[in-house]
Amino acid sequence: MSNESETRLVLDLKDLTAGYLPGVNILNHCSVSVREGELIGIIGPNGAGKSTLLKAIFGQVKVRGGEILLNGEDITGLKANKLVARGVGYVPQNNNIFPTLSIQENLEMGIFQKPKAFAERLDFVVSIFGELGSRLKQRAGSLSGGERQMVAMSRALMMEPHVLLLDEPSAGLSPVRQDEAFIRVSEINKAGVTIVMVEQNARRCLQICDRGYVLDQGKDAYTGTGRELLHDPKVISLYLGTLGEDAA
Amino acid sequence: MPANTANIKTTGLHVDVMGPGCKKVDPIIVADNVTRAYGGLKAVDVDHLEVPRGAITALIGPNGAGKTTFFNLITGFDRPDSGKWSFNGTPLTGMSAFKVARLGQVRTFQLTKALGMLSVLENMKLGAQNQKGENFFVGLAPALWRKQDDEIEEKAMSLLAKFKLDGKKDDYAASLSGGQRKLLEMARALMSDPTLIMLDEPMAGVNPALTQSLLEHILDLKREGMSVLFVEHDMQMVRHIADWVVVMAQGKVVAEGPPDIVMKDTAVIDAYLGSHLDTDLGIVTGRVTEEETHS
Repeated sequence: MSNESETRLVLDLKDLTAGYLPGVNILNHCSVSVREGELIGIIGPNGAGKSTLLKAIFGQVKVRGGEILLNGEDITGLKANKLVARGVGYVPQNNNIFPTLSIQENLEMGIFQKPKAFAERLDFVVSIFGELGSRLKQRAGSLSGGERQMVAMSRALMMEPHVLLLDEPSAGLSPVRQDEAFIRVSEINKAGVTIVMVEQNARRCLQICDRGYVLDQGKDAYTGTGRELLHDPKVISLYLGTLGEDAA
Repeated sequence: MPANTANIKTTGLHVDVMGPGCKKVDPIIVADNVTRAYGGLKAVDVDHLEVPRGAITALIGPNGAGKTTFFNLITGFDRPDSGKWSFNGTPLTGMSAFKVARLGQVRTFQLTKALGMLSVLENMKLGAQNQKGENFFVGLAPALWRKQDDEIEEKAMSLLAKFKLDGKKDDYAASLSGGQRKLLEMARALMSDPTLIMLDEPMAGVNPALTQSLLEHILDLKREGMSVLFVEHDMQMVRHIADWVVVMAQGKVVAEGPPDIVMKDTAVIDAYLGSHLDTDLGIVTGRVTEEETHS
């Protein structure tokens, strides 16, 4: 989709090291580059540091080494509110909505820094997640898993991010809802938003992404286009398995 | 596919016409009129369900269909509003969870319940039944239980090796990753030599390559004569190992049959599987053409 030589780097993670416990690094010299308009998939085994990578970008975990550049500017360690103001959106895997608030209130929370733009951004969000438009007054806690995921993504889209970080948007969803989630992610990307998506459903993720990174023990072990990784024998044997090959 | 993954499906499991609640040739679980409501929401409303013996049965259905609640009811972890069920011909209604487990019906949990501050090996040893040392007086004389304890440890180690956890036997269970905890829980359930093992989303959060090797262990259980009932959203797994599939929606059993038949049922496709299950999403989203997917 994107032409690497022509598009500029939006996000550049250089030699990143980060972790939670003293002396234990989850990310070990991990480097990832994201160009404008790309949909990047991050896959890898359990405990490889995929979610930590997104948290490090979004200032949720302390970076111990390396740097993160957003449009060429150093944003390493910047707080989440500053990053949102600079056009970075983040959808965590769990607890990603305010269950006691209505859908509309959830969306308002996403744009509290620019409340005047609410109506305009709501139109954009409803153009992607049409079903939310007629249910704005509904309590978000009463929604199903798939609907909650939509609200969470919509809220992140309210501030008109140009980079969206998604942590396992298909987790816990039934097959039809998983496919819907991936299709919506693709639509958001086509609308001009650069996306970095972490996924356990690796095969589906690689089917829709422009490029993928395989993380292993906190390091970027392999990278290539989604298609290259889907057909790479080493990636298949170590991370994808052969069970879903008929669908790829 | 390697030769050892060859899977011979068990067929001829039902009698009469195939459909929701159909009778089985040799059922291990028979449930009748089992209901459970939370406030105004009827989470489980199963008229009749039989689970076949010696086969692998998958329980599938949309989020909130009542699959886990049904698991909780028939294993004694929750009380039904009405209904009765039996396991191996023994009525279980109202029986406590630990008694159900002693009868040979053992389960795992979607959110794992490893004892974090015990080692992996200690977690495993807890799963063994009828341990002599549990008796207060016998416990005071190690000579009376040591031999059995050694046997239990040997069995635990061979199971841990099977699940590739033997290298972590002395680590705290809390230090394991989400996927490894799933493995520990499955291995621990096998310590009691169950007749029926019930797995609640065993592969959720486990990376796909590891999933594939785990499927072999589940197939081995069937080869050893065990019955397996599992809840799962991973349709590749269901298709690969399940002999029989039960579909639940809004608390009810809405379809059942062999996987290749059930997964072609239009109602199941509409409500649960979706029309893209076997299609490359790159094509669906217009990112690649069909030709490009093979290049």
